Amino acid sequence: MSRGNRPLSPHLQVYRPQLTSVLSILFRIMGVATSVGSIVLIWWLAAAASGAEYFELVQSFLGSWFGRLLLFGWTFALVFHLCNGIRHLYWDAGKGLELETAYASGKAVIVFSVIITLGLWGLAYAVGGA
Amino acid sequence: MSLRTPLGRARGLGSAKDGSSHWWAQRLTSLALVPLVLWFVFSVALMTGADHVQFLEWVQSPVVAGLLILLISVGLLHSQQGMQVVIEDYVHGEASKVLSLFLSLSVHVVLGLTGILSILMILFRG
Repeated sequence: MSRGNRPLSPHLQVYRPQLTSVLSILFRIMGVATSVGSIVLIWWLAAAASGAEYFELVQSFLGSWFGRLLLFGWTFALVFHLCNGIRHLYWDAGKGLELETAYASGKAVIVFSVIITLGLWGLAYAVGGA
Repeated sequence: MSLRTPLGRARGLGSAKDGSSHWWAQRLTSLALVPLVLWFVFSVALMTGADHVQFLEWVQSPVVAGLLILLISVGLLHSQQGMQVVIEDYVHGEASKVLSLFLSLSVHVVLGLTGILSILMILFRG
């Protein structure tokens, strides 16, 4: 079949990653990660309902270095999905779709995700101590 | 120029027979979750180091219990909507797709019930 000089559609394996496409797939991955992490949230609530002893056990697991690592990852996934979700809602309204604006909002999503995640953990350490 | 038939345009549903309702429902849960998630993450950060009694007292406020139930139900509905789209996009065999969708829905229902019943138990333990 002769393709002539017609352009081919982008193929994932040979296509140079762009900020827009990377944020797009990260949006999905972080959404799935947030879903998986919500199991911990429900476990935590069920522990609180079941009594002081079990709640303290779950709290000490979540307070261990591994628990904190999981919670930090979950916080970032949630906050990133939230920030990029707002960007998507703006697009759904038909706004901000120009190339320059889409790149600027993408960079803003990264900056805000990092600042909000670190801010939340700074707040948590300020309130609860180490 | 539209490529749709006049009858198709009048029904407005397309080939999946539910039109844009799933897409629209996803936007509605997204919008509702923006304030709910912001409230939740800041509240939990401020609760760091709280013991069991302090945590129960926090949940037992009607406003907090109500917002938590809203967060869990809307959050898990949004999670279910998202997982459904992900499964439909990446799982291709008809049998494995239907099974994955059923499993995802089941897990979300169980998680939602567990979360909401936990909050009600804390609320009514007196």
